[in-house]
Amino acid sequence: MTTIFRKAYFFLIGLFLALPLIVVAGVSVNAKQTLAFPPQGFSLSWYGEIFLNPEWRSALFASVTLALLSAAFAVAIALPLAWFLWRRIAPWANIFQLLGVAPFTLPPVITALGLLTFWATVGFYGQPWTAVVSHAIFFVTLPLVTLSLGFTSIDRSLVEAAATMGADERTIFRTIVLPLILPYIVSGYAFAFVLSLNEYIVAYMTVGFTMETLPIKIFNALRYGYTPTMASVTILFVTTAAVIFGLVARFGDLPKLLGAMSSDGK
Amino acid sequence: MRREPPQTLGDYAPLLFPAAMLTIFFVVPFGTMIAVSFFQRQQGGFYTPAFVFDNYARFLSAFFGGVLGFSLLLAITVAICCVVLALPFTYMLTRMGRKVQVVWLVALLSILSLSEVIIGFAWSTLFSRTAGITNILVALGIMSEAKALTPSFGAVLTGMVYQAFPYTVLVLFPALVRLDPTLTEAARTLGASPLKAFFTVVVPALRNTITATLIMVFIFALGSYLLPQLLGRPQHWTLSVLITDQAIYQSNMPFAAAMAVFLVLVTLGLVALTVIAGRKGEAA
Repeated sequence: MTTIFRKAYFFLIGLFLALPLIVVAGVSVNAKQTLAFPPQGFSLSWYGEIFLNPEWRSALFASVTLALLSAAFAVAIALPLAWFLWRRIAPWANIFQLLGVAPFTLPPVITALGLLTFWATVGFYGQPWTAVVSHAIFFVTLPLVTLSLGFTSIDRSLVEAAATMGADERTIFRTIVLPLILPYIVSGYAFAFVLSLNEYIVAYMTVGFTMETLPIKIFNALRYGYTPTMASVTILFVTTAAVIFGLVARFGDLPKLLGAMSSDGK
Repeated sequence: MRREPPQTLGDYAPLLFPAAMLTIFFVVPFGTMIAVSFFQRQQGGFYTPAFVFDNYARFLSAFFGGVLGFSLLLAITVAICCVVLALPFTYMLTRMGRKVQVVWLVALLSILSLSEVIIGFAWSTLFSRTAGITNILVALGIMSEAKALTPSFGAVLTGMVYQAFPYTVLVLFPALVRLDPTLTEAARTLGASPLKAFFTVVVPALRNTITATLIMVFIFALGSYLLPQLLGRPQHWTLSVLITDQAIYQSNMPFAAAMAVFLVLVTLGLVALTVIAGRKGEAA
């Protein structure tokens, strides 16, 4: 009775989550440029379109470049901060932790508008690199949270042993801290990368008039009607996210990363 | 090596770069936005430094009150729907095997990371006349002919619940994992059905978590800026949509900034409530 209820409930939730994606996947293989489901005919040409059509290709290139760079920048900000907070007792430094989490907690339109007024005021509005900085600040929360979690899991006696044996700060960081923290750096980077790839409003408000990322391209295309390439891009994005998070889960401890401390329980 | 207070100025060096970046690119833009909210708007999309309350005075209109009321109501509805759906789901998920958990978590994360543009597009396809869900109902003989379900309030609500559901599960997940399993076991031993045990033991034990989650999902839903545009009519526009619209299409930065400042205040007030709810939870 309970098992049946549970299975039915999970099935319905799964259906709710999957249904839009199933329809979009179906639409993406239509032979002609029609919005039809079930698909009429079968063609993968709309997937080819992402790479062959110069507009979609340049949007894809812009999005991937932006995501790669901004995720790296976000990690570069988060790593020293998380390390400092773990290594030192400096209560007032927690304010920076708070600042790192704030952009992600507030409604995104606020961070976006703040950055828009800022770039307009300093005169760099519309420069592609401003999007990199903006995304890095917007998503710095993700590596910051995973890294803070990573540092708390380091056994301090290991570090202490190294110090007793005469290793200096630099050696300790390179030979002990860094290898232990590496999985958390990778997952923090992965989270920031995937979210940056999908981000619309901050990118739109900072560089929307000079550069098209894929989400911006989809939105602009939506306003002028429908093209099946939107559907193929959607499926490409879902698959990318699933593969990246799947890899994080495969090589890391996903339940623990998401806050479940009793990960060794099962 | 124990944690120790910084001894020399050099010990602060690692903090320098993150602190500078966060200050220059978050605190300063935030301040800029607050400043602009007091600026005087000029014709043609420009604005000049001033200290006027005109932009805030516009809040007192019936139109703005309507938008604000609708935004809050919509966000509350989304939060309630999500928590009602996600609580039993997450509870059962935490009691499943690790492998099943990981598969669901990967799926939820993938959907959570999806762009609002993509979610909006996917649901507008599902609600469309030619490729939508009504075609299935027609095939089953429930409906006589396919029709479009968007734009409508139902479509906006569905899209936003879809967007916020994975977030709700991930917020509830840590609290539910840590929930003492002996609580329900005791209830079951004493003869309660699983359903009764869930409602009389699990839900009351999580009262503060539920409150905190409701507020967090509410804030999350307040931030939705594209779904009301893509799935709804202009009367379904929220404060976030209005801010974007004023900033980009009406080129009225000071008014957009004033609305954003207002939204920050609402959000911060709610975050404070969450923290208080969390404190009570620890005390209990």
